[in-house]
Amino acid sequence: MSAVYLDHAATSPLHPKVLEAMNNAERKFFGNPSSIHRFGREARRQLEEARAAIAESIGANESEIIFTSGGTEAANLAIIGTALRRKHEGRHIVTTAIEHHAVLNSCKFLKTLGFEVTYAPVQQNGVVLASDIVNALRDDTILVSVMFGNNEIGTLQPISEIGQALQETDALFHTDAVQAFGMMRFDVKKLHVDLLSVSAHKINGPKGTGFLFAKEGVNVSPLMHGGEQEKKRRAGTENVAGIVGMHTAIQLSQASLDERRAQYESFRKKMLAIFEQHDLSFVVNGGDADVLPHILNVSFPDAKADALLASLDLAGVAASSGSACTAGTLQPSHVLQAMFKDDEKRVESAIRFSFGLGNTMADIEKAAYETVQSVKRITGR
Amino acid sequence: MTKERVVVGMSGGVDSSVAALRLKEMGYEVIGVFMKNWDDSDENGVCTAAEDYEDVIKVCNQIGIPYFAVNFEKLYWDKVFTYFLEEYQAGRTPNPDVMCNKEIKFKAFLEHAFNVGADYVATGHYARLAKKNGRIELLRGVDKNKDQTYFLNQLSSKQLERVLFPLGELEKSEVRAIAANAGLATAHKKDSTGICFIGERDFKEFLSAYLPAQPGEMQTLDGEVKGQHDGLMYYTIGQRQGLGIGGAGEPWFVCGKNLEKNILYVCQGFDNEALYSDALEAVDVNFINPPSKRVFACTAKFRYRQPDREVTVEMLDDRTALVRFKNRERAVTPGQAVVFYDGEVCLGGGIIDKVYKDGKQLAYV
Repeated sequence: MSAVYLDHAATSPLHPKVLEAMNNAERKFFGNPSSIHRFGREARRQLEEARAAIAESIGANESEIIFTSGGTEAANLAIIGTALRRKHEGRHIVTTAIEHHAVLNSCKFLKTLGFEVTYAPVQQNGVVLASDIVNALRDDTILVSVMFGNNEIGTLQPISEIGQALQETDALFHTDAVQAFGMMRFDVKKLHVDLLSVSAHKINGPKGTGFLFAKEGVNVSPLMHGGEQEKKRRAGTENVAGIVGMHTAIQLSQASLDERRAQYESFRKKMLAIFEQHDLSFVVNGGDADVLPHILNVSFPDAKADALLASLDLAGVAASSGSACTAGTLQPSHVLQAMFKDDEKRVESAIRFSFGLGNTMADIEKAAYETVQSVKRITGR
Repeated sequence: MTKERVVVGMSGGVDSSVAALRLKEMGYEVIGVFMKNWDDSDENGVCTAAEDYEDVIKVCNQIGIPYFAVNFEKLYWDKVFTYFLEEYQAGRTPNPDVMCNKEIKFKAFLEHAFNVGADYVATGHYARLAKKNGRIELLRGVDKNKDQTYFLNQLSSKQLERVLFPLGELEKSEVRAIAANAGLATAHKKDSTGICFIGERDFKEFLSAYLPAQPGEMQTLDGEVKGQHDGLMYYTIGQRQGLGIGGAGEPWFVCGKNLEKNILYVCQGFDNEALYSDALEAVDVNFINPPSKRVFACTAKFRYRQPDREVTVEMLDDRTALVRFKNRERAVTPGQAVVFYDGEVCLGGGIIDKVYKDGKQLAYV
């Protein structure tokens, strides 16, 4: 039985060309990019080529890209790094109720240092209103952090609208673009963002690699202390092979972006059509808003997610739901809770399918069919 | 041919680990499921059940089976913990494991397992099942010291239809040996003792966090004040420890409670007459298979791991039974289960509600 992987929003498989590039880099460019001999220069060249390509993909300058160990570190550096840097200018941060834990827990940490955080609410459709962000601003707001596309329900947030509104203020603007990057074309200048986080492993690149875009003139305090890599913004010898892999992954994902979007749109439609054909009772979470096409979050009332996910897994379909606690049980999603408040059933019966490299229409049909079987068994129909 | 699918309730202990291993060796498609029934996560969201789950992961990886977790915290709170507190509040000594088996393990968990496509559900209980005249009978585990039918007395033959107890034919020592031979991570793990949600914590401290304690007088049955008690809920019939009554002579024991007046009755001497009874009334009486007679003789246990006693059971109505003992019995405790046996067969049981001697109800609650 070949299993169908529909959890690409959690992580995605390496693209074979990425693996090839990394394999090559690991063998040929093992030098330390900071070394002044030819081995170092070779490695450095790989790094800077990647930096240039990455910068270009988001409309940034090379000097504005800081390599990190992934999306979590990028978000930490953006938020904690900004807060530490600007602590004498203000101690207030605005974010939203639906951010990834990398953002939420960075803010939580800052609260222990005396910073104050305001969480803007989310509407039932999974979208935060720019006006709610603006209304939360104070004179001492130093940073606003709003995710680009939500990782659980896929909803796109009004980033350029918020960016525009923040132009007149002293607050810096960070967006967590981990889920949106590779699925959306964007230009940091048009978005008016100061900081933007990306991870490689969501776009068929390697785990342990990512980057932070920090606009020219926006300075963050480093979180890693050591050597002077990344213009003293991130100490530690660079993960050259990982960065080369990310470079390749970005090239591939940019080239195939439109084609993949269209494919995932058709996957979404197919799945929902099969649910409808079989008369399943379901509701799409975030379905009324603009969404990332690869994320489909559906609640099946009366079919609890833990039973449904286990049942699907045993049938060879890997999907997911929110996050698990250390004892393995599902924790109610903070995103869905923020959206639906007391509608426990909708929150507890939500599962996420996320599409990506390698999925075929046949896979989607199988997954939808197995979902129908499982939901019917669980709801006793 | 596709294998039959068995979902095993895994606690992270040696018994359920070996249950899973044996089923796998028998050729079933085995799936381990960890039940999380209690939330004691701290402010960082770290739950202590995580350690047990870590062991489930290790063992499942060793056996080569998939594993999942399921959360019954809310249900456990509503069905088991609330009952537990109410019983203590009523001055009784409840047995939450009996309720957990009835409401969680053999109800909600069963349902969950069937939802994920299980043909059978298994646990690491020391008990056996046998089919007789088309009905499932519950039999004692072969290991008489570990037999757990006492805790399973509230189940029905219907619930047991698709249940497997792979350890029923084994001695505990054999289970340990199987685990050790297979090199299972839990082979030498200490057995859990006491009430699962209290764990190693101090019982008094735990209970006081949920129920207000009302200290009062400790008296003899003749009304002589012997000291102060910390709250009636902290004491159980026949208890010796923690009374703090000094002086000469034999030790003192708890022999009754007056909830209205908040008095704890004590008596002197292990064999004091006040500790003995000859009948009880049980409520919530359940039979694995309905009995054919309204009055019948059988044996019974009044607490876990006690030898069987000869009794006569008279059903007063569907759910209430009068149980007369052949010989008088010491420290029969309201709230505990009375469980009936016919030889190896566990017939069912109920909750001890009232205790009598010579036709007179004792002030045990």
